[in-house]
Amino acid sequence: MSEIVLDEVTKRFPDGTEAVKKMSLDIPDGDFVILVGPSGCGKSTALRMIAGLEDVTEGELKIGDRVVNDLAPKDRDIAMVFQNYALYPHMTVRENMAFPLKLAHVDGAEIEKKVNEAAKTLDLTEHLDRKPRALSGGQRQRVAMGRAIVRDPQAFLMDEPLSNLDAKLRVQMRTEVARIQARLGTTTVYVTHDQTEAMTLGDWVAVMRAGVVQQVGRPTELYNHPTNLFVAGFIGSPAMNFAPGTLSGSKVKTPFGELPVPDGVKAGAGEGERDVIVGIRPEHFEYAQLVDSEAREHGATFKAKLDLVESLGAEYYTYFHLEGTRVDSEHLSEVAADAGLGEIPSAKAGDVSMVARLDEMSEIEEGQEVELSLDTRRIHMFDPESGDNLAGTPSGDGAGPGAAKAAEKPVGRSSGEAPAEESSS
Amino acid sequence: MRRGIREYSLWAIGELLIVAGALIPVLWIISLSLKTPATVADQSFIPQEWSLENYETLFEGGIDDSPFIKPLINSIGIALITTVISIVLAALAAYAIARLDFPGKTLILAGTLAIAIFPQISTVGPLFDMWRTLGLYDTWPGLIIPYLTFSLPLAIYVLVAFFREIPWDLEQAAEVDGATPFQAFRKVIVPLAAPGVFTAAILVFIFAWNDFLFAISLTSSDASRTVPAALAFFTGESQFTEPTGSTAAAAVIVTIPIIVFVLLFQRQIVSGLTSGAVKE
Amino acid sequence: MTSRTRSERRLGWMLCAPAVIAMLLVTAYPIAYAVVLSFQDLDLRFPEEGGFVGFDNYASVLSSSLWWTDLFNTLFITVISVSVELVLGMAIALVMYRAIFGRAVVRAAVLIPYGVITVVAALSWQFAFDPATGFVNNLPLIDDDKAWFGERFSSLAVIIMAEVWKTTPFMALLLLAGLTTIDEGLYEAAKVDGANAVQRFFRITLPLMKPAILVALLFRTLDGFRVFDTIFIMTRGAQDTESVSILGYNQLISRLNLGLGSAVSVLIFICVLLIAFIFIRGFGARTQDGRVA
Repeated sequence: MSEIVLDEVTKRFPDGTEAVKKMSLDIPDGDFVILVGPSGCGKSTALRMIAGLEDVTEGELKIGDRVVNDLAPKDRDIAMVFQNYALYPHMTVRENMAFPLKLAHVDGAEIEKKVNEAAKTLDLTEHLDRKPRALSGGQRQRVAMGRAIVRDPQAFLMDEPLSNLDAKLRVQMRTEVARIQARLGTTTVYVTHDQTEAMTLGDWVAVMRAGVVQQVGRPTELYNHPTNLFVAGFIGSPAMNFAPGTLSGSKVKTPFGELPVPDGVKAGAGEGERDVIVGIRPEHFEYAQLVDSEAREHGATFKAKLDLVESLGAEYYTYFHLEGTRVDSEHLSEVAADAGLGEIPSAKAGDVSMVARLDEMSEIEEGQEVELSLDTRRIHMFDPESGDNLAGTPSGDGAGPGAAKAAEKPVGRSSGEAPAEESSS
Repeated sequence: MRRGIREYSLWAIGELLIVAGALIPVLWIISLSLKTPATVADQSFIPQEWSLENYETLFEGGIDDSPFIKPLINSIGIALITTVISIVLAALAAYAIARLDFPGKTLILAGTLAIAIFPQISTVGPLFDMWRTLGLYDTWPGLIIPYLTFSLPLAIYVLVAFFREIPWDLEQAAEVDGATPFQAFRKVIVPLAAPGVFTAAILVFIFAWNDFLFAISLTSSDASRTVPAALAFFTGESQFTEPTGSTAAAAVIVTIPIIVFVLLFQRQIVSGLTSGAVKE
Repeated sequence: MTSRTRSERRLGWMLCAPAVIAMLLVTAYPIAYAVVLSFQDLDLRFPEEGGFVGFDNYASVLSSSLWWTDLFNTLFITVISVSVELVLGMAIALVMYRAIFGRAVVRAAVLIPYGVITVVAALSWQFAFDPATGFVNNLPLIDDDKAWFGERFSSLAVIIMAEVWKTTPFMALLLLAGLTTIDEGLYEAAKVDGANAVQRFFRITLPLMKPAILVALLFRTLDGFRVFDTIFIMTRGAQDTESVSILGYNQLISRLNLGLGSAVSVLIFICVLLIAFIFIRGFGARTQDGRVA
């Protein structure tokens, strides 16, 4: 069995910064797990600890059934694909891929066979005798993968392997990676900051922030039931819209109007008024006139002036802003910073722009004031202080990373609140 | 941290060996210079009897009779003049090579390299003859000129590498902001070029200070004999005493300031010595 | 060609001119002059005699056993010094690159030999090994009476030690510069691929340092071939420890025989060219910018 288990793994650097804080994760054998989060969240550090390139300060790390905390990388039977590929420039493609096998004293004929096989899988056969500098970015990336594949290790560790490729190539290679992993069935831990990659590639996704795992679950779970503001704002593109709201009883007052509270929200009904942050995804808006009668039951309409309309052919993205939609939350500021929004002056001042995805049939024009409808069953509500989703624990299917702990606490080790003492960052 | 005591001590031992290896010859010569003439042959590393006698002997006789003062002045003067002229010439050439495009650029650079590996001994004979004819034998210019020739490759090499790093469009930006070309040069380029010029100057100075072959071939008296040459021909107080002590003292006097200098400017020297050698 | 390009060219030449002239003055002209002198019988002690003698001087030099002895000495010293310097320099470079503490101290220490005048270094080593004043003979395991400078090979040994001490720093710095060009990620990949430290050094570090090593070897070998100062101070060439440069000096300056001395000079020049040629064409040494063809 080659499952990977992190048990309260912590990484503390000599100057005191904690890059990874008590991370616990159970990665089942053969699964593809993605670690995703903004820069500096600790995902690469976690991966490097699994690889053995960083020491584990506290906690236990197991690969297969062995505790590997003190094992050197070469004794862990893992293979790694680096962000900049780290191909040996003085060796040919063949020699690059054969290198780990040679070091393991594998018989020459066997090496030949494995290298040729891997080359065939990755479509590299005609490049075997060339040097890395003669190859394109995509080819180099495949050689890096080839070097990992030939070893037939217990696990693949991939550190943002696609980020150096251009957009189109990235999409192509994404499917390649998924295909290869499915075929080989090797346990894979994959680090990326691109949430699209995370959503499309993984069996399981772990969102990290400042060294803490926020949520672990299937992509759809993270999308539909984010445990806190951070996950909600991080996952999904375009990002979820947020607005402040006041909750009292079974209604919540928002800039969109007064909305009914969705089922399942532990509102603490009858406790008087409470400030919340309301979240709604762009696709849960609709052009009011296109909403059929059935859906109208759950819809709430409001008027908005459209600042910008982008036609994508099959749908529209439209940007509008409403009075009083500005949300100040440090949980969201990190997401915004990661998306580069901190740099855009208009994003900082005044009201925040909202995004809606509207059907192509909508009759809308820039500058128009239109009536939009939102699906009230799909709104999320978050506590402004802790960031926690007021809807409580999502119902998982019981399997997967951290599932054993699901009974007592949320899946994985997710804590919506920011750690009491923030270490210097 | 997993780093054990073992790892720390291995590095410590290695570094200690290197530092000791570098320092021992220097400490030894200092030690010799401090030994009294009686104990100079006591074969021990540390002086058993200390005295500054050797240093006093060096300066006996004042500027005219002391075996050391004149050579010291010669060394300092010749090295300084060489440095100044060399840097000026090299800076002009390096500026052209780094910034302008003209045919023959590569040839000049190749030629510079060729001179760097030129065997100086091969020029000694003709120079000896030429200088005697021209009256430059045993004069300051007689040494400065060959020093210029052989230090220019070094200076040009270093300066070209530094100048290539300067973003020249800053000059244009300054002019757009309202500076005259000269002001732009003075306020923007000169400060950026200064470290490189300084580094090259240090390297040239050390080169001139260090030379021996030309010093003993092209000089014959205190008129222009530099310290390295003087050291080779040192005699002691009398014909029968070994000049070890005073030689050591002289060696210390010319060495310690340079070592202090080198230590103060290590970063510049290291970058100068390796500039362009392997760059990425 | 625009007038702008033309004036740029003119400016370029003008700026380079002083330096170029200064360099050619003391190299091109003298070497040409040396070639001319080498074909003459010109002994300054007997200036009345003399005249064109063709290749006679060369014949004398090449048939003299002294020349061949000196050539052997020079090559012997060069090859051994450079080899030792390469190994020591590599070790020091690795320490300066990888040590987990104290790197600044090592770098400072390594620069000290650079700041010491060659003559001073030679004197220090000479005094150390001198049977009368030196501390070396006092050390355990060494014969108290060993006359280091009384015999050929022990003298050569001390000469080599002094040369190595003086020039290893430069070698170490060049190699360090080469080390820093290697992408750290390669070492990590190698660690994951299963290589231990020794394997990483021989299979990743060394092959990737080949260009830097060749450049360092080229410069140091050419430098080493010109060894003069150290030998002059330590033995003045006695006990058959002369180098070719000392031979040249003796003929030219001591014996004032410009004809023979020039022949020696020209032969030295040819040897240097040969060495450079072998390194560049044979081993493919290249400096940055591919300036050396």
